[in-house]
Amino acid sequence: MKTGRYAGSTQQQARPGPSSELLPILIMDILTYSGHLLSGAWITVQLTLYSSVLGLFFAFVLGVGRVSDNPFVHGLSAGIIEFFRGTSLLVQLFWLYFALPMIGQTLGYDWRFPPMLVGTLALALNIGAYAAEVVRGAIQAVAPEQYEAAKALDFSPRQTMWRIIVPQAVPEMMPSLGNLAIQNLKDTALVSLISLADLAYKAEQLRNFTQDSTTIYSLLLLMYFGMALVVAGLMKLAERYACRWRAGGSV
Amino acid sequence: MLFGIEWDTSSHWAFAVSILPILGKGLLVTLQATVVGFLLAAGFGLVLAGLKGMRSRLVAWPARFFSEFLRDTPLLVQLFFLYYVLPDYGLVLPAFMTGALALGLQYSAYTSEVYRAGIQSVPAGQLEAARALDLTPGRTFFAIVLPQAIPRIIPALGNYLVSIMKDVPILSVVAVLEVLNVARIIGDRSFNYMIPLSMVGLIYLLMTLVAAWAVRKLDERLPKEGIHLQ
Amino acid sequence: MSESNQSDKIIEFQNVTKSYGDHVVLDALDFSVRRGEKVTIIGPSGSGKSTVLRILMTLEDIQDGVIHVAGKPLWHEEKNGQLMPASEAHLRMMRKEMGMVFQQFNLFPHMTVMRNVTEAPRQVLGLSRDKAKKRALKYLDLVGMTEHADKFPSQLSGGQQQRVGIARALAMHPNILLFDEPTSALDPELVGEVLQVIEHLASQHDLTILLVTHEMQFARQISDRVCFFDQGKFVEEGRPEEIFTEPREERTKAFLSSFLGDH
Repeated sequence: MKTGRYAGSTQQQARPGPSSELLPILIMDILTYSGHLLSGAWITVQLTLYSSVLGLFFAFVLGVGRVSDNPFVHGLSAGIIEFFRGTSLLVQLFWLYFALPMIGQTLGYDWRFPPMLVGTLALALNIGAYAAEVVRGAIQAVAPEQYEAAKALDFSPRQTMWRIIVPQAVPEMMPSLGNLAIQNLKDTALVSLISLADLAYKAEQLRNFTQDSTTIYSLLLLMYFGMALVVAGLMKLAERYACRWRAGGSV
Repeated sequence: MLFGIEWDTSSHWAFAVSILPILGKGLLVTLQATVVGFLLAAGFGLVLAGLKGMRSRLVAWPARFFSEFLRDTPLLVQLFFLYYVLPDYGLVLPAFMTGALALGLQYSAYTSEVYRAGIQSVPAGQLEAARALDLTPGRTFFAIVLPQAIPRIIPALGNYLVSIMKDVPILSVVAVLEVLNVARIIGDRSFNYMIPLSMVGLIYLLMTLVAAWAVRKLDERLPKEGIHLQ
Repeated sequence: MSESNQSDKIIEFQNVTKSYGDHVVLDALDFSVRRGEKVTIIGPSGSGKSTVLRILMTLEDIQDGVIHVAGKPLWHEEKNGQLMPASEAHLRMMRKEMGMVFQQFNLFPHMTVMRNVTEAPRQVLGLSRDKAKKRALKYLDLVGMTEHADKFPSQLSGGQQQRVGIARALAMHPNILLFDEPTSALDPELVGEVLQVIEHLASQHDLTILLVTHEMQFARQISDRVCFFDQGKFVEEGRPEEIFTEPREERTKAFLSSFLGDH
């Protein structure tokens, strides 16, 4: 068990760690590492963006389906939500990456999808299922009088849901969706385990190569933290926009 | 073969049945990691909540920053950090303990908020009443605030217990033999990923459904007016 | 009412019954309104008088009886000469006859005033953006809200919101306008501006108005007929002067005196 961790211990002694007074070397290291990590960060950004957008789509479809009067639609939505909330993301990721191609093979199809697609899909389904519950809760918090007003104006049930109810449920969702967006960013790190060269993957590569764990992982944590702050900022902006019609703006 | 148990590849069903005891061993590790991780999260969270609530900004602000940092960075990376960096500073923990520690740290950021929200949910009037009765601050906290906060804290902690359980598979990256890792090894060796991975999915679904049900029952059982501490 | 012939009746309740469990809200109600008539329903709070309007707007269903609106059954459909429960399509068609103004305004909070008024004409009636906007401006002008067209409801006073609510209902060109206690939720100083708008509408001959209110003075001013509703029935109805100055029934007298005593 120890071999992995101590493979570089001799090198550790030869090369001063970050705690030494050789600050310029540390800075040079950080610059070199950063250059290498940036290409991974770009994958992480793309993955976060795609899966968040797709996840939001799933969230609205499933969340609205969950409050449907149609028992089939209601049941199906509830089942999908429970399934993806109930099984671990990593299990879903592995299943799509390792097991799905085998099912395809049995059926005579090639279901070996590129890791980027599998990663996006798994993340989107997982975060979408959590967000669907947020969407459902917000929809149920809309005043019942709004349905009556819509009925009195003769809107169809579909128009009522998508034009009247869902839009005014959005501000209620925003704080939770903001948290889920950050959750999703963090979850993207797991795709490194299906050999997608994201930020975590690049860092792992770099550590294998240099054995400079402390600097690399510190840098990595800071990069994720920075990205999380950016996501939080963007979600705050979106929240402000979504709440613009409310008295006093934000919730 | 894994853990000295052979599997039977004569049919899908036979295979599924024969690997069940192997997965069971992995499941045991998953549950152990869940429990240890949860206990650490509950403990660290309490400390973190205390620090964040300190009057002194010199303590409160770094605590809040640390909590935010834990919450905003991936568990996987935190785990790597602990696993590879701590030994450089002379602290060598077994993989299982490192994993439980990572779970505990990550989730302490969440549980600290649970404690805070639970305590804040106690109406201000209760504190005023305690002051009017001239209770000491310690007595006020333990006899008045905490008993009323507990019915809100426990179900929320229960939900994080379920979340921790779903995050345990991440520990497979440091070679902890939890259930998903076991399933993958079976897949690697039998060239059949579909059955073990699907079984792990079902096991997880079953466990989370049961756990969610238990948390709901617990929530219903807890008296909303508070729990008297003796 | 007795001299009016059948075709004159735009609303007709026959033996309509509605109850929540044991509580009877409408007790074998018979009631009709002529085209263009302005009718006010008064009565104690919680007596179910709003239910009459809510049933007409199809917000609540009935257990027994038949309602005709503009000569067609509201809650039923005629199939092979038999009355069957109405389909959603039938209800949607029937709703086109009516518009409703709510006690709590119920504006769409996420839409500007303009969109509140244009949304249904565009989406339900299929009007073009320009036509809907033109129509909206006409009615916003009528209620004196043109200058607030780009504001959100949260930026308006209650009286202003209710005036938008009226414009929103009018923009659908209903033949019947239902007012469900339109000023009950307003601060006293804002009641006047809303009543003024309703009074203006009451002067239009072709619009049928059914109003539930506690504003007795106003009811007297604008109504062709006042109906006193209590315990699931219309106890008494007649011209406003009759009801307010010489009510025949004891219950009406008691209600009116308690009411006037309050103010």
